[in-house]
Amino acid sequence: MQIPHPLLGLRDASEFVYLGDASLLNRPSVDDPAELGSDATLDAFHEYLHLRHNPAGVHKELWFHEQGDRSWLVVTRDTTTHEILDCALARDVAGASFGAEST
Amino acid sequence: MSNVNRVAGGQIERSRKLSFSFDGKRLTGYSGDTLASALLANGEVLVGRSFKYHRPRGIVSAGVEEPNALVEIGTGPRRDPNVRATVQELHEGLVATSQNRRGSLRHDLMAINDLASPLLAAGFYYKTFMWPKAFWEKVYEPAIRHSAGLGRLSMEPDPDSYDKGFLFADLLIIGAGPAGLAAALAAGRTGARVILCEEDFKTGGRLNAERYSVDDADAAHWAATTTESLRNMSNVRVMTRTSVYGAYDHGVYGALERVTDHVGAVTGCARQVLWRIRATRCVLSAGATERPIAFTNNDRPGIMLAGAVRTYVNRFGVAPGKRVAVFTNNDDGWRTARDLAAASIEITAVIDARDVPPPGDISALQGARLVRAGAVVDTHGRHALKNIQLANGDTIPADCLAVSGGWNPNVHLSCHQRGRPTWREDIASFVPGGVLPTGMSVAGAANGELTLGTALRNGHNAALAALETLPSISLDAAGAPPSAEDESGFVEAYWRVPEKSSAFRLSGAWKRQWVDYQNDVTVKDIKLSVQEGFSAVEHVKRYTTLGMATDQGKTSNVLGLAVLADASGRSIPEIGTTIFRPPWTPVPIAALAGASRGAHFRPTRLTPSHTWATENGATFVEVGNWLRAQWFSQPGETTWRQTVDREVTQTRTAVGVCDVTTLGKIDIQGTDSGVFLDRVYANTFSTLAVGKVRYGIMLREDGFAMDDGTTAHIAQDHYIMTTTTANAVPVFRHLEFCRQCLWPELDVHLVSTTEAWAQYAIAGPRSRELVARIVDDLDVSNEAFPFMGCAETTVCCGLTARLFRISFSGELAYELAVPTRYGDSLMRRLMSEGKSLGVVPYGTEALGVMRIEKGHCTGNELTGQTTAADIGLGRMVSQKKDSIGNALSQRPGLKDPDRPQLVGFKPVDRNAQLRAGAHFIEKGAAVVTANDQGWMSSVAYSPSLGHSIGLGFIRRGQERIGERVRACDPLRGEEHDVEICSAHFVDPDGERLRA
Repeated sequence: MQIPHPLLGLRDASEFVYLGDASLLNRPSVDDPAELGSDATLDAFHEYLHLRHNPAGVHKELWFHEQGDRSWLVVTRDTTTHEILDCALARDVAGASFGAEST
Repeated sequence: MSNVNRVAGGQIERSRKLSFSFDGKRLTGYSGDTLASALLANGEVLVGRSFKYHRPRGIVSAGVEEPNALVEIGTGPRRDPNVRATVQELHEGLVATSQNRRGSLRHDLMAINDLASPLLAAGFYYKTFMWPKAFWEKVYEPAIRHSAGLGRLSMEPDPDSYDKGFLFADLLIIGAGPAGLAAALAAGRTGARVILCEEDFKTGGRLNAERYSVDDADAAHWAATTTESLRNMSNVRVMTRTSVYGAYDHGVYGALERVTDHVGAVTGCARQVLWRIRATRCVLSAGATERPIAFTNNDRPGIMLAGAVRTYVNRFGVAPGKRVAVFTNNDDGWRTARDLAAASIEITAVIDARDVPPPGDISALQGARLVRAGAVVDTHGRHALKNIQLANGDTIPADCLAVSGGWNPNVHLSCHQRGRPTWREDIASFVPGGVLPTGMSVAGAANGELTLGTALRNGHNAALAALETLPSISLDAAGAPPSAEDESGFVEAYWRVPEKSSAFRLSGAWKRQWVDYQNDVTVKDIKLSVQEGFSAVEHVKRYTTLGMATDQGKTSNVLGLAVLADASGRSIPEIGTTIFRPPWTPVPIAALAGASRGAHFRPTRLTPSHTWATENGATFVEVGNWLRAQWFSQPGETTWRQTVDREVTQTRTAVGVCDVTTLGKIDIQGTDSGVFLDRVYANTFSTLAVGKVRYGIMLREDGFAMDDGTTAHIAQDHYIMTTTTANAVPVFRHLEFCRQCLWPELDVHLVSTTEAWAQYAIAGPRSRELVARIVDDLDVSNEAFPFMGCAETTVCCGLTARLFRISFSGELAYELAVPTRYGDSLMRRLMSEGKSLGVVPYGTEALGVMRIEKGHCTGNELTGQTTAADIGLGRMVSQKKDSIGNALSQRPGLKDPDRPQLVGFKPVDRNAQLRAGAHFIEKGAAVVTANDQGWMSSVAYSPSLGHSIGLGFIRRGQERIGERVRACDPLRGEEHDVEICSAHFVDPDGERLRA
């Protein structure tokens, strides 16, 4: 496979480390430390960490360019064809959602 | 007499005679021969034995599809099994040996299997070796293993070298037959970057094997001159002896180039190269493979594919027989007869299964029996064909029978992604279909265009259509396609000769029609498979072994499908093909490994003091990719324990130095560095003053401990984190994840500096004196530079350095870092400066002993299944902030007070030697899993205490100090009574650290 790195162009997949579902970007936030051990917090983290979609089809996933520029990427891939539909820097994706939350 | 079967013509170099041997017999051939053509030239018809029945077998084909003629090439460690004689180029001194026989090739003792063939039908093994059960290991398996397999491995290390490489192209063309050459010519002229791969040593494909004309020139000559002009184009790379074996995602192709196999043993260059080719577009022009017809005893030596017969006559100047008969269902059979007659080879019969008049001119075939709507019903001849029998009982003499059942396009590579071939009735075969690999198109015979003129135009057009999509390329210079006539190619599906009537039934069990020669799969086996319920095509393959082994059914698959269709009352397209997977032809494991074997299997990382350590008697140990000094033996020391005890004792009483460069170092800078550390560590770092170091524990998001280490606040907004050696890479990856994916708004930057700094632990009561001799003008007194202090400073007259007052050993200790290139010099300086202080270098073993004596954790304790609380650091998990893993570390299961906790263990019998891996069982309880209370994670002999000590996890350990339990090791049959104690065996109050 080849991954179209937004900064470096097409790179061989062997340069990357795969992590999984890009929903890992959406880490629950705990504003009040007193809530750290609450059931609601535990449930939120359990869902965040353990419950993932595993679609046969279009999937947003995290790849790390470990043998390259160390960018974490959000790759949109069709798991049935390996066609890569989109590739973005994770910090841009995460930054956009952070911006959305803060407004 | 040698080369008895040579005839005029061919493309061999008759001026270059080559000598070789087959089963010890000295023979000669010519440059340009394959081993197969040279064997046939010398009348060697019998070349092998079949897999199961050990039937005598001869050469069937003239290419990669060969099922029978597998031989061993070379001697000693260079002996290669299962080499196809039809592919192996002849070279001077080549040594070939027949395989899969016991005794000589002519008198193979295993031929007894053929007589037992009625018992050895498909599924024989599954049905037969079921009972008695006890027989399996001692009787059946050894017997099967002995008879299994074809060639023998040398069982010696491979003396050759192999390499790997990457290539890039706008257009990859697979196969340099007529379509491939036409494609390459058109593409080459446009200036596109073209790679043309051909598995043969000579480009041209069937052009070399037929008496065709292209652009009014002899076809083989046209192929040669076209190739020459392609080689002269700087944008075209022509790679012969290169098999493209797989089509992978996104236009990536695997190819194997055989660099030296045609010249024998060569040193100094790679024998084979495995290429990974990235091509924007690809034209698959892999040609087609002829298929046989099934009839009784169709496997005798001398029965060959008709196209191969033409190849031997036209390309190699070899007559595969003196009296040749032809059996065909298409016009190719007639072309075969005419080509042979033109070479003055006697044709005894042409048997056409079709009820059609002979196509074309038959004036040259006078004297031959021409049979219309006929069939070969049986053959005779033990080690070589003698005659064939027709349906009316007539026998016709023939030492070679050329069989043509039509051609199968080589769809293989078109199916490596999701392509499924589709059936084309007019050629009675499958052509590429479904979704082809990205960027691939198919041309020529591979696409079912089986005639020459069409194939040439097809190749030309496919190249242009592929390049049209590339914006930077202009097609103006492509020129016109080469032109040639389309030969007649009418084929009528005819798969097998109907079996004889009941009069022959008695002997029928031995009358078999072969479908797959290599695996001895007959028509009967396929019928049996259907009868026993295995009628899906993938099931038939597994049950009968049809299409398995080295040839992967290149000649047999479609014929097998036809027999299956007949037996199960379905059509061939209804049945479909089995899945095609890489590789197209066998790829040696050695080529897949490339240079990555032995010491080069993975990179070896050396510490800065490696050379010094080598000079000073170090024994090394692999730690991940690192080689670290394990201990430094001195003259007179007879055991490693003596050495390690000395290193520990000397360090604890004077001073020791250890290379700790392998620990991961991560440089963290930015105005939000403190905030970032608070979020990735369970404990707090934002309160750490500049010039101070703090021990940190890092959790995984699931709440378990991930890694530990120290982080130094070396300057404003600048921290230096250390990780364990093993986790240097994963922790860095994790921190980048946190920084980029979770908190991109933080101003923080990370660089891994593990290899930028050489770092030494300097430990022991006299370490301060040694450090003071090294530093330029830093006050290292306890008051000025206390425990957990750090500083950027200079040593040895101006050399940049970082000094940390941290201790893994439990002694007064420092870690000193200098740029890596000064690491060797610093080690030598520390040793010379420390000599009068009694300095000693210590290795990882002494490091381990001292950390166990002190109760510090390593990977043995941080297993990914232990929590901060389990290792006694629960209070470090701050409840005042969110951090990675903080929330889930509070899951009830992780806070369970019954969890095993880290404590120390002493043997009650002080002479006993504890073992890591032992499990703790209460006194009097049975040694069973239900009574398991925990495990011993680390043990060492403590020279400080004079007995064996251990660290381990035991249920509610902190509450059980002083209690006695048993450490049971059923694996080694050992058991010791142990006393639970504090994990801090030496200096539990940390007085030495702060001294």
